[in-house]
This record gives sequence, structure tokens and C-alpha cells, in this order.
Amino acid sequence: MRPGGGLKMKHSRTLMAGLLCIGLGAGTALARDARVKLDDPFDSPMLGMHQVELLGDPANITYSPKVRVFAPASAEDSLQVPVTVDATGLDDVEKIVAFADFGPIPKILTYYPKTAKAKLSFRFKIDQATPVRAAVMTSDGKWYVGGTHIDAMGGGCTQPAQAYAAADWEKTLGQTQGRLWPSSGRMRVIVDHPMDTGLSDGIPVFIIEKLALKGPGGQTIANMELHEPVSEDPAFTVHLNAVAARQSVRMEARDNNGNRFRATIRALTH
Amino acid sequence: MRNLPARAAAFLLAIFWMFAIDTSVLAAPKTYGLKPVRVAGDTYVFFGDPRHFSFGNGGNIVNTGFIVTSAGVVVFDTGPSKLYGEEMRKAIARVTDKPVHSVFISHHHPDHFFGNQVFSDVPVYALEGTLAAARLEGDGFSDGLYKLAGDWMRGTESTPPTHVVKPGPLSIGDHEFEIIALSGHTAADMAMLDKTTGVLFAGDLLFNRRAPATAHATLSDWRKSLNALQMRQIEVIVSGHGPIEKTGISISGTRDYLKWLEASLRNALETGLDMTEIMDTKIPARFRNWGAMPGEFHRSVSHLFPKMERRSLPRVDE
Repeated sequence: MRPGGGLKMKHSRTLMAGLLCIGLGAGTALARDARVKLDDPFDSPMLGMHQVELLGDPANITYSPKVRVFAPASAEDSLQVPVTVDATGLDDVEKIVAFADFGPIPKILTYYPKTAKAKLSFRFKIDQATPVRAAVMTSDGKWYVGGTHIDAMGGGCTQPAQAYAAADWEKTLGQTQGRLWPSSGRMRVIVDHPMDTGLSDGIPVFIIEKLALKGPGGQTIANMELHEPVSEDPAFTVHLNAVAARQSVRMEARDNNGNRFRATIRALTH
Repeated sequence: MRNLPARAAAFLLAIFWMFAIDTSVLAAPKTYGLKPVRVAGDTYVFFGDPRHFSFGNGGNIVNTGFIVTSAGVVVFDTGPSKLYGEEMRKAIARVTDKPVHSVFISHHHPDHFFGNQVFSDVPVYALEGTLAAARLEGDGFSDGLYKLAGDWMRGTESTPPTHVVKPGPLSIGDHEFEIIALSGHTAADMAMLDKTTGVLFAGDLLFNRRAPATAHATLSDWRKSLNALQMRQIEVIVSGHGPIEKTGISISGTRDYLKWLEASLRNALETGLDMTEIMDTKIPARFRNWGAMPGEFHRSVSHLFPKMERRSLPRVDE
């Protein structure tokens, strides 16, 4: 179920986390500059580095108002910061990469909308005040970036999952809640999981890594790749097309220890 | 919620950096400039900024007060820092020669009890639940306030109340008080009614023209508490935040706001709105210019929505 986490692994993780933390705030002299300098409203020293490290340094990339990122101005709960990314102004979106400029683990998730709309709400753990970005790739290989700034008190990534306050987290692991709204095409899903970042002393990484949404016939609706900053008990709003909204949705998720979670999400019938 | 055009974003970033590198730290020592306002016989209030915590207000967002009785001064709440407590004590000494008799703390939020260390020579009373919560969460609040208010907090140490007060009648000198034990804003909320003057110190059970804060709130309990306060014979209401009033409008206003807040969250649950979308809800005109709006509403969404959602969304796993 969960790895034991030997002493060697714990120390090397702590060291790595420490190095990552120290390396923040200024691009190192060794980092390769991005090919394209974006017109960044937040003038962040990290954006170019993330273009290279997280996005593969695309040749065709612009900062675009068609990628809208919504979040509160200030994180009230640094472990559950809500964000909505809306790229429905672009056609043929293949993937949306969400990341934070500052923090030990910048990449939050990648969303592949397939037949769903290019709009996703999620929650993440914020480490410090930071711009939060969505980089959207369309099928022609072009990238568009948007973002917003979130103020925060700090430390979200290094706190252990709240779930440990309850000693029986194993009993609730993978319990899923969800609902579909056929009239609007909205779908909400929440999966019980500690989403340990590995940065809290002695607790190894333990996260849902992949989450797939499928129609009743197995057809892909959307896929997600999740990373450590996704909040404990990941909670998503997905926007389905009209056909999918009138059917049920199968969720299949897998964590880094091989645990598999399955659920069927339906509309309420009163 | 916000997808900012470049200039607005740059402006906001500048404000953010102003907070982070406040050059006024280098200037003259800080002062809250506390001035007591007489609201009834022998009864004074220090009115705080009705907005949210900021470096500018140094955390002085709270109403505190004192009553000069024949047995000495009774203090209600002690503010957000050691500096506040010190200024409060000096201001009291300018009004009366009488010594401080005792302190009463309404609840365990740091803007209400972080001046306690300046009153260590007298008993500091609170409900049992407040003592426990202050001990548990005080250090965490301290970290948070230091980050928000910086230099204003210098030397401040979380000093929980020292004595439990039981609800019921309490005579101090020539004043007859009633200690009222309620809950809803937090698990233990104390209001103090001075039956001699008819002044109610409500703590954060009541907010007047200022958005109620919900970090530890249970809305159903809060509703019951508002009804309980409505029953009392009161001449002047001193809310935890906002101006005094004499008509009961802080009770109906707090009730009205909490009702709207809960309805907005229930509507979101029923229609599948996400938290950022709830935060975009249009604020009704009657609340729009209240202190700390819309920020306090956004904070409430974070406090209340996730738990409500977990209680109501169907289980769908296999």
C-alpha cells in the first residue's frame, strides 16, 4: 500500500528538497534561457526556466488573454487553494499544464481535455506567494500562457497531509464522491488521498499520478497527470460536452504505489 | 475571479512588494493612536479599523473597551499585540486613576487577546473553551500575525487567558454584569452585558456593517446565538467590529449576512459551482460596502464550502 521509506531514501529526499528550496527565487546561471521571452505581466524570474524545464522550451509560445486563470487574490487555506483554468477561447486544445512559479515543486498537473471542454477547476497546495500559470498547447503545437498571482503565508508543501490527524486514513483511501449535472455539463469528483509531497520529514511521496475519465462505452473524455502540489483529497470540476453530460462517467485513477481507484459518476435522480 | 490585464497586474505586484518591503519600518516608532470613546456612563470603547488585517493598521481591526467601576477597571478584550495592550493601559490611565481590576476575553482570535501579556498582574477571564483553544492555536496565530503585521508585533507572545469564567451574573464594584456563554463564531463566544448601563460587549458574535468572519464558525450555532442575544434588554451594542448601535441592527445585519452566505454556498452545491466561481458571486448591494468585503466573503468560501461539499456529494466509488 504505502512504502516504508527507508532511512537512505528519507535523507536523500530531504536533501533534494532543501536544495530545491535554496534554488528558488533566482534562475541559476547554469539554467538555459528560453528561446522565447514571454511578455509576462508578473515579470517573474522563474517563468523562462519553467518554459524550458516544464514545457520543453517551445518555439511558438505567447502570453495570451485567451488563457484565463482564476484564483483568490490571497490563499486563505494554503493547503487547499482553488484555481479555475478556462482555455475555452482556444480551439483544439490538447493539453493544459498548470504550474506555480515559486515553490519546491512547480508543476501541479497536466490536463488532456480530449472530448471535454478546455476548462478545469482544481485545488493545490501553495508554498509561498507566487504567480500561478496555465500553459495550453493546441493541436498545431502552438502554446498559449496565462496566469494570476496568489498571495500566501507559506509552507503549504512541507506540511504533512491533514489526513494523518485521523489515524484511519487507510480506511478512506480512494473513497470517491461525485456528481454530474446534465443541464450544464458540469462534473465534480473528489477522491480521498493524502497526496503526500515527500517534503515532510519521514513521509515519502504518495500521490495519485493518473486520473482518467471515460464514457460508459470506454471512450476517453479526459485524462490528468497529477503531481505533488495537487491538494489532499483531489477535487476537480470538469466540463463535459452535451453527449457525455447525459451519460454516466467512469473514473479510473492510479497512485504511485499501484493502488487503483474506480468510480462511476452520475446525475442525481430525485 | 481575476485574470488581470498587464497594467493592473503590475500595479498589484507593486502593492504586494510595498507590503513586503515597507520603508516606514525605518521611520518613527509605531503607534496605534488609541483614543477611548465614551459610549455610556463610565464605559469606553477603542474602535478598530473595520477592514482586514494589514501592515497599515497593524492588526488593529478590533473594538475593545473598558468600564470604570468602583472596584477598579474592567477590560474587555486586549487587541492584537503587546504594543496595543501597552497603549490601551496608558489610555485607561489617562481616563482614571483606578487600577485595572480584571480582563475579560470574548474568544480566542488573536486580534482580541494578544495584548494579554501586558495585563499579567490581574486575572484574565474567558470561557473554558476559549482557554483551551487559545493554548492550542495561539502560537500558530502568532506566526501568522508576525507575517502580516511584522514590526507591530515586536515582543508579542501569545498569552492565553488565565481564569475560567462561568456564565451568569457577576458583580464588580457598582456594576452588575451578566456573562453570556454562546457559540457560533467560534466554539466558545462570550458576550458581557453590563446591566447597570445596558451596554452589551458582544465580541465577534456581532459584526456591524462589517463582514462576519467565519474561520472557526458553525453557522447553525451562530444563528441560535443571535436569537439568544435578541431576547436581552440592551441599550447600546458594541460589536467586535464596526460602529456601536442602539437599535439591534447589528443582530439583524449579522443574521441577514450569514443567511445569504449559507444560501450562496448551498446554491453552489446544488448547481456544481467551484470555489472560484462562488467567489465571483455578485454581492448584494446592502453588503457591498461593508468593511472587509468582498475579501471576507472569499475567505468564508474557503472556510465553509469544502466541508459542506464533503457532507453532501454522493459516494461513487466501487
